[in-house]
Amino acid sequence: MRKIVALTGNDAVGTAMKQINPDVVAAFPITPQTELMHKFAEFHANGEVDTELVLVESEHSAMSACVGAAAAGARTMTATSAQGLALMWEILYVQASCRLPMVMPVVNRALNAPLNIHCDHSDTMGARDCGWIQIYSENTQEAYDNVIQGVPIGEKNDVRLPVMITLDGFILSHTMERVELLDDDEIQRFIGEYQHPHSLLDTENPVTYGPVDLPDYYFEHKRQQVLAMERAKDSILEVGRAFADLTGRDYGLFEEYRLGDAEIAILAMGSTAGTAKEAVDQLRDRGKKVGLLKLRVFRPFPYEELGQSLEHLKVLAIFDRAISFGSYGGALFSEVRSALFGAGRIPLVTNYIYGLGGRNISVEEIGSVFDELEHVAQTQQIENTITYLGVRE
Amino acid sequence: MRKERGWQEIPIGGLILEAGNAEEYETGSWRTYRPVKDGEKCIHCLRCWIYCPDSAVLTEDGNQVGFDLEHCKGCGICAAECPPKVRAIEMVLESNFEEKE
Repeated sequence: MRKIVALTGNDAVGTAMKQINPDVVAAFPITPQTELMHKFAEFHANGEVDTELVLVESEHSAMSACVGAAAAGARTMTATSAQGLALMWEILYVQASCRLPMVMPVVNRALNAPLNIHCDHSDTMGARDCGWIQIYSENTQEAYDNVIQGVPIGEKNDVRLPVMITLDGFILSHTMERVELLDDDEIQRFIGEYQHPHSLLDTENPVTYGPVDLPDYYFEHKRQQVLAMERAKDSILEVGRAFADLTGRDYGLFEEYRLGDAEIAILAMGSTAGTAKEAVDQLRDRGKKVGLLKLRVFRPFPYEELGQSLEHLKVLAIFDRAISFGSYGGALFSEVRSALFGAGRIPLVTNYIYGLGGRNISVEEIGSVFDELEHVAQTQQIENTITYLGVRE
Repeated sequence: MRKERGWQEIPIGGLILEAGNAEEYETGSWRTYRPVKDGEKCIHCLRCWIYCPDSAVLTEDGNQVGFDLEHCKGCGICAAECPPKVRAIEMVLESNFEEKE
């Protein structure tokens, strides 16, 4: 039976993992993810899952255990944050490049140094080129729903890629929200039984994983990964439609919020999208033609679709919750701006780097950004292409 | 040489789906030293065949008949394992053969 309950983001994702009932989970604690795996370990200790829970000595080992388990044909999961994701780095590429599906919730947190345990997106944005699908969550319900959808998205036979589901550290992970939990059975029917085409344990059909791949074939294997990422887009949409049929909650590559007739808009990922919706509503009440594009899927990056959705705008501000040092603006800014270059017409585009190390972003601040954008629309002049929002001078 | 296949013709992820196919891939060119056998001294005890890590020692009817130079890496284990009183295998610098071949 479905239940409506109040849960923190960590507890909701831990519950999704319980309901998925993975074959293998590797666990290593790190703030703010710790309570997520704590919750799952509690389910495990109570005998509520059939999972082999592997307690490892580092995140490098956690991801390595996941490579082995996934190659053996197990439905595999782990979870991490920030430094933990950084320590997994090498193996993130191995998992994706061996074409081993798994789902990993990442509770977004700033990277050291200086030491900071609060939310920004520098951890997962830094991992944007490692070959994983990346889906960002606006709220706890989305985090729960995305983790469940992540399983069939990555396991689809013409995709076979691992999936990161992100949720903002503390803002979502430690805050209690209303969540509609699906029934265990309907989740099991939705994700289906995992059929691994090349299990290491299938002795009738021996297979070698991770052999040396010299200049004569390595490039070809990378080209295959490009195709898998392209196909992942269809898989995300297909799974999203099936999920909407099941729950009534519709998920695409991104969400357009009062965007259709908007002249000015911002683009954001994660919980900030929720804050921005409130700002948009307040300005709409005052007759301002403003809107929001909430990007859900960052990898594969939906450049064509974004171009079509944004080209009608006069001014667009991209909100990056991470810095790409030495780059021209944040990574999201660079990619969206590049996507627009191929669109019919190009709006004026600015970049706001915000919220680093958990710095709060308020409805009022987003409102003041819209004021700035209105000024840009009137003057057709961008004074500062890149703004570090809220940094004290 | 096998024809090099395109990216859509090969298994994904660098997987190798057939057992023992290293035989089809020539790896002998890595060799610096080549094992050379003195047929007069060899007693066909096959210790070299047992110890060779690359299965590159060739036999016929229980006799040692030479080396598979397409896969021998020149590690010299065969020469080291050849019984001290026999010493039938000598490791010779590969460059010595270059001009002749």
